[in-house]
Formats: sequence, C-alpha cells, structure tokens
Amino acid sequence: MLKGKKVVILGDRDGVPGPAIEECVKSAGGDVVFSVTECFV
Amino acid sequence: MDLENQRRVKEIAEKNGAENVIVVLGGAEAEAAGLAAETVTAGDPTYAGPLAGVQLGLAVYHIFELKDHVDAGVYDEQISMMEMVLDVDAITAEVSGMRKAHSKYGQ
Repeated sequence: MLKGKKVVILGDRDGVPGPAIEECVKSAGGDVVFSVTECFV
Repeated sequence: MDLENQRRVKEIAEKNGAENVIVVLGGAEAEAAGLAAETVTAGDPTYAGPLAGVQLGLAVYHIFELKDHVDAGVYDEQISMMEMVLDVDAITAEVSGMRKAHSKYGQ
C-alpha cells in the first residue's frame, strides 16, 4: 500500500513523532518526501 | 495545521500528482488528527492557510491504521508504546471518517 508512494508525515510531539513514523513507512517501501513533528501546545 | 506545512503538502501534491501521495499522521488526539485529515482532503476548515478552499483529496491515514502494512518489528519498536496510551479507537474513527467522506484516493 505504501510501496512506491510519496509519503508526507505529520507527526505529533505528544503522540507519535515524525521519525518513528518514518521508520515504519520506510519498512513498507514508502518514499518519505516530507516529515515533520508538529507541536499543538 | 501549521501554515508552512500546508504549503509543503500542497507543493508536494502538485509536483508528484495527488494520486501518488499518502499522508500519514501521528496525532495524539482524535480532534486534532481529524482536523489534519480534513485539511489534506477537503481543505483547511479554518480558511487560514494555503489549503483553504483546496480539495486535494489525498489518501490520509493515522499510523495506527497502517499496523498491518508495515514491518511488525519496527511497528512494535516505534509505535506500540503510544498505541497503549492513546485512544486508538477514537483517533482512527475520526481519521477514517474524514478519509471516507473527502478523500479521492484513499479507501
């Protein structure tokens, strides 16, 4: 499903941060084109 | 959703084709995650950013919804702890609801 797709990651400092999601997406063959960890506070 | 991030998402969708882009969220709360999902599908509901009135219709998922699509060991290491402390059902219901209502490319 993620394989070959351009993946945008919007992580959350209080939830799942960007780098953790990145590792998962890469393991599924997704191409991470943008990754950020937002802070909603 | 941060205005600069909206600009980047718009730019990436235009450059690569919206059908080739997937947005993955890590939001801690259902409402915030839902708002982000709405922004990248139906447009910015606050009409403040570059995605105001722009219906990208992107495929958008919370990382919790992708558990079966990523490496189990990596998921366990990176995500499972937050899965235990956050309200997974509420978050996934909100994000999948937005996706089903507004996404052109996600199921």
